[in-house]
Amino acid sequence: MRIMLMLFASIITSNIALTYFLGMCPFVTISRNIGVAAGMGVAVTVVMTLTATANWAIDTLILQPLGLGFLQFLVFIVTIATIVQILEMVIDRYSPKLYHAFGIFLPLITVNCAILGISLFMVLRSYGFVQTLVYSFGSGLGWTLAIVTMGALRKRLAFSNPPSGFGDMGITAILAGFMALAFLGFSGMASL
Amino acid sequence: MAEQAQLRVPKTGYRLFRTKSWGVFAEGVWHNNPIFGMMLGLCSTLAVTNLMANALVMCLSVILVLIVNSWVISLLRNHIPERVRMITYMLITSSLVITVDMMLKIFLPETSKALGPYVALIITNCIIMGRAEAFAMNNPPGVCVADALGVGLGYTFSLMTLAFVREILGFGTIFGWQVLPGSVTPMQLFAIPPGAFFTLGVFILVVNIIRRKGEPEGESKEGGCGQCESC
Repeated sequence: MRIMLMLFASIITSNIALTYFLGMCPFVTISRNIGVAAGMGVAVTVVMTLTATANWAIDTLILQPLGLGFLQFLVFIVTIATIVQILEMVIDRYSPKLYHAFGIFLPLITVNCAILGISLFMVLRSYGFVQTLVYSFGSGLGWTLAIVTMGALRKRLAFSNPPSGFGDMGITAILAGFMALAFLGFSGMASL
Repeated sequence: MAEQAQLRVPKTGYRLFRTKSWGVFAEGVWHNNPIFGMMLGLCSTLAVTNLMANALVMCLSVILVLIVNSWVISLLRNHIPERVRMITYMLITSSLVITVDMMLKIFLPETSKALGPYVALIITNCIIMGRAEAFAMNNPPGVCVADALGVGLGYTFSLMTLAFVREILGFGTIFGWQVLPGSVTPMQLFAIPPGAFFTLGVFILVVNIIRRKGEPEGESKEGGCGQCESC
């Protein structure tokens, strides 16, 4: 039950894009097209789950016993870069079709703050293995939900006529604000 | 680099204002302001601006990391192999960020706790990476420091104005000092995440209007976000 609540909270009420502002740059730049947004979302979810669990294992099994906690940031970012690189090579080797669909997103993900952010939250809140797994997977799904919704909203924007001074970015920020309000509306049900 | 082609260096005025470093500096503060102009580094911008004190600490950390990072990369620019340059930037940046984070934990433990993971997330802040890639790799150290300082101050300017509006509307205070009379109910909305998005949207509107007035040709530049697919 607690695991389910955690999954729900990480997808909706503690959505990493809309309440913690992580992964904001792809959120505003890639959300112009729903298909591309969904692809990026899937890639982020996979990488996030893999890296958070790997970072949990490295942190609990190697860094903490050796008293090297201060190296966390450095080790986390190297782990993320390595996993993304390996994933890229594996996908390229076994499924060129998939590589053409998702390959372009993978290098960008290395510097996505959402990926590093999840590993940092996991450490700050001292999660166990199952919690890390559920939290990272849920956060990935939440990010995907947010960016796909944003893509759909921006498609609608083509038929409306916002004040031109807002530009593309300004109106996206306002839209994100309304989305954040809607997501926060659930916060009475569960939160992290 | 395109950066140098469009540099606006005034022909007249004090000698300081005619140097290349000054041009680079001014470019970073206003014309290429990282938040309103280039839409880089949004995560921390939105997250830490509900209180001015937190925003200030964040800005100082970013300026420090940005300056040292640009300087180091500029010094090493002829020795960094092309293929592994990204990971090299990241290693340099994360070492600096670890140092800053430790300093904050020692000297300002409460602010450090309030900022949470966002200090560590300076590592993946695209302003730092963008400056390293677009500027520090091609320019001598002195100019790079001027550029980093300009971009850092531009970042500070954006964050402090955002934080000013959000804190005064959300809590009725400035740097924790009560400025609005107690009879005014603070608008909680501005202290929570949606308020951050609304404030940013309105700020972009205001900046765009000011810029259009400054450029009578009516050629409004969109907040281009070419190299920031990543953050």
